[in-house]
Amino acid sequence: MNKIGDPGAAGRPISADQAMARVNASLRKRYGAERRFRVYGIASVTVGLAFLALMMISIVGKGYSAFQQTYVDLDIYFDPEVIDPDGLRDQESLMRANYNTLIKDSLLFLFPEASGRRDRRALGALISNSAAFDLQDMVITDPLLIGQTRRVSVLASADADMLNKGKISRTVPESERRVSDQQIAWLETLRDRGRFEKRFNTSFFTHGDSRDPELSGIWGATKGSFYMLLITLALSFPVGIGAAIYLEEFAPKNPVTDFIEININNLAAVPSIVFGLLGLGVFLNFFSMPRSAPMVGGLVLTLMTLPTIIISARASLKSVPPSIREAALGMGASQMQSTFHHVLPLAMPGMLTGTIIGMARALGETAPLLMIGMVAFIVDIPQGLFDPSTALPVQIYLWADAPERAFVERTSAAIMVLLGFLVLMNLSAIILRKRYERRW
Amino acid sequence: MEANPMTQDIRPEITPEPPAPREAASAAMSEARSAEVPDTTFGVIEHPDPIINCRDVNVFYGDKQAVFDVNLDIGRHQVISMIGPSGCGKSTFLRCLNRMNDTIDIARVTGTIELDGQNIYDPKIDVVPLRARVGMVFQKPNPFPKSIYDNVAYGPRIHGLAKDKVELDEIVRTSLERAGLLGEVKDRLDQPGTGLSGGQQQRLCIARAIAVSPDVILMDEPCSALDPIATAKIEDLIDELRENYTICIVTHSMQQAARVSQRTAYFHLGYLVEVGETDKIFTNPTHKLTEDYITGRFG
Ligand SMILES: Nc1ncnc2c1ncn2[C@@H]1O[C@H](COP(=O)(O)OP(=O)(O)OP(=O)(O)O)[C@@H](O)[C@H]1O
Ligand SMILES: [Mg+2]
Repeated sequence: MNKIGDPGAAGRPISADQAMARVNASLRKRYGAERRFRVYGIASVTVGLAFLALMMISIVGKGYSAFQQTYVDLDIYFDPEVIDPDGLRDQESLMRANYNTLIKDSLLFLFPEASGRRDRRALGALISNSAAFDLQDMVITDPLLIGQTRRVSVLASADADMLNKGKISRTVPESERRVSDQQIAWLETLRDRGRFEKRFNTSFFTHGDSRDPELSGIWGATKGSFYMLLITLALSFPVGIGAAIYLEEFAPKNPVTDFIEININNLAAVPSIVFGLLGLGVFLNFFSMPRSAPMVGGLVLTLMTLPTIIISARASLKSVPPSIREAALGMGASQMQSTFHHVLPLAMPGMLTGTIIGMARALGETAPLLMIGMVAFIVDIPQGLFDPSTALPVQIYLWADAPERAFVERTSAAIMVLLGFLVLMNLSAIILRKRYERRW
Repeated sequence: MEANPMTQDIRPEITPEPPAPREAASAAMSEARSAEVPDTTFGVIEHPDPIINCRDVNVFYGDKQAVFDVNLDIGRHQVISMIGPSGCGKSTFLRCLNRMNDTIDIARVTGTIELDGQNIYDPKIDVVPLRARVGMVFQKPNPFPKSIYDNVAYGPRIHGLAKDKVELDEIVRTSLERAGLLGEVKDRLDQPGTGLSGGQQQRLCIARAIAVSPDVILMDEPCSALDPIATAKIEDLIDELRENYTICIVTHSMQQAARVSQRTAYFHLGYLVEVGETDKIFTNPTHKLTEDYITGRFG
């Protein structure tokens, strides 16, 4: 065996055997490090996925039941004495009639023992307030119903719904739950007689907020979010991309542009609530724009997402190889032609990804909206950019705060819808990127 | 070779040194390294029919000067090659000729460069038509990530050279033909130009450059990334193009310079040391630095 310094064949510093032995020794070390790194990687990915799965399980587990709603089949006698004692059959008297009585009568027929005033009220509380309006609609569209008995499926109250979904524990003492033993007994009787029916909860997707959990929905908040994102996209995409192109391709490199760059980077890190305060100060107080309007929300979110979009757009412009610019300029293209014909198409996928990620962040943003009055109880569905509305994350926040048991599942369901939108947006980012990339 | 009577050497102060004796090679080497760049260019900087006249061209990158006082005429319908060790300012000088250095923020050019008697560094000059007249082919093939057709059609399109589609098709076809690429790509003009081989891409870039009918084509080491066969094709092409175009080519291959060019300029540390007919430069260089370089003693 050769030693170091012992000139082996052709004056090598170490002999071939020695070198090979050392390489093998170091090889073991290197592979060990590689294996360890791979294990760390897999471990961290697993931990991340586990938490994600945990979150999804808890949200879906809590929320999936909100997509179904309990209905009760009742035999309703459309009593002419109650609906239209004068026999006029005109719109006005049909509108004025007390349809609640019909429901209560029908329940009393099932449970004749509930005779006292309190019992009757407890019995009525099993059915949603909206049932009377449904009956009213039925009668107005078809006045011939008056005098007949029909089996009608009416919306159960949230309490009845919760009980039917097994979310009210009977082990809790009666004084500490919203549903009395008596009501539980009635509901069980109804269930045993097959009067309960679970249906898809359409009102969750068509209604605005409501004090009655069984009537509350996310459509108002979704529309509010949609309007806001529309504004945000319409403003922040062109402005952000334009600013990025100017800064990256046209602006001279001097202290002023350096200063602007530093400021944009800082703005991207400013907490979102500060943008909310800015919106409050500028849009509401100075420009006197309406409170709770998606327009203002969109403007605030635009301010918030602009730096993100500018930074990501600049990064994707930077990543376009300079040889493309040189080629275009060398052909006699103007700076603008070189940018728009060659650089921009290559940078577009990155820009779109950045924009959509910025938009997804805007969709999930709550704090700045609190500052401009979008955290409010709003029943009406917004019809325009200036109508008061909430947004999905704010709706989640409001419901998470509500005391009713039925809002818990709605909170989770709303989170699922929000996550669904986020997944959709990220998916579209991937698809857009793929489409642009596939061109060449 | 073009019959091109050179003007008489107008620099009487030139005193050719005798070549270093063979046995003193290493001594000559260190001497060569310390050999001074001359105050004025050796050889013949003038040309009887110049298309470009460069006078006192200096280029600075920030505070650092990269090209010093270059005076050079470039003859019409000739190939002039620029050789010299790495970092001596060949590319920098070449990029002055179509003002590509304008795209580098810190680059600054002084002196005059006249294209057919018009100073291209005149503030009134628009670089867009200038670059249409003085085209460029880069060291690394850089086709646009578009179809082969669009690559070649791009210049004519932006300069409005073709009146209609038929004319444009004709321009694209003849440009590809002249670049010797038509046969290989005529069935796939709609395929991306980036999908071609390196040599084909470089010929595509040449086709793209000649599609706008420039007067001058600048080529910065066009064959450095190519195999000998592709190189030979491009060299043949350059020789053919000489009929209609003036070509300035930067190359590291002395054989290439000898094969394709009629005149050769030798740069050293930012100075134009010697320029003359290629035959003369390669067989009987005047300055010691030139001789050392072409005999491969350094570089
Ligand atoms: N963009 C730039 N910024 C600053 N200095 C530069 C720049 N481009 C070139 N230089 C400098 O200018 C000098 C000349 O460079 P140039 O690229 O012209 O050399 P070259 O002769 O083309 O070399 P090579 O044969 O290696 O391509 C070098 O010292 C180089 O460092
Ligand atoms: Mg170079």
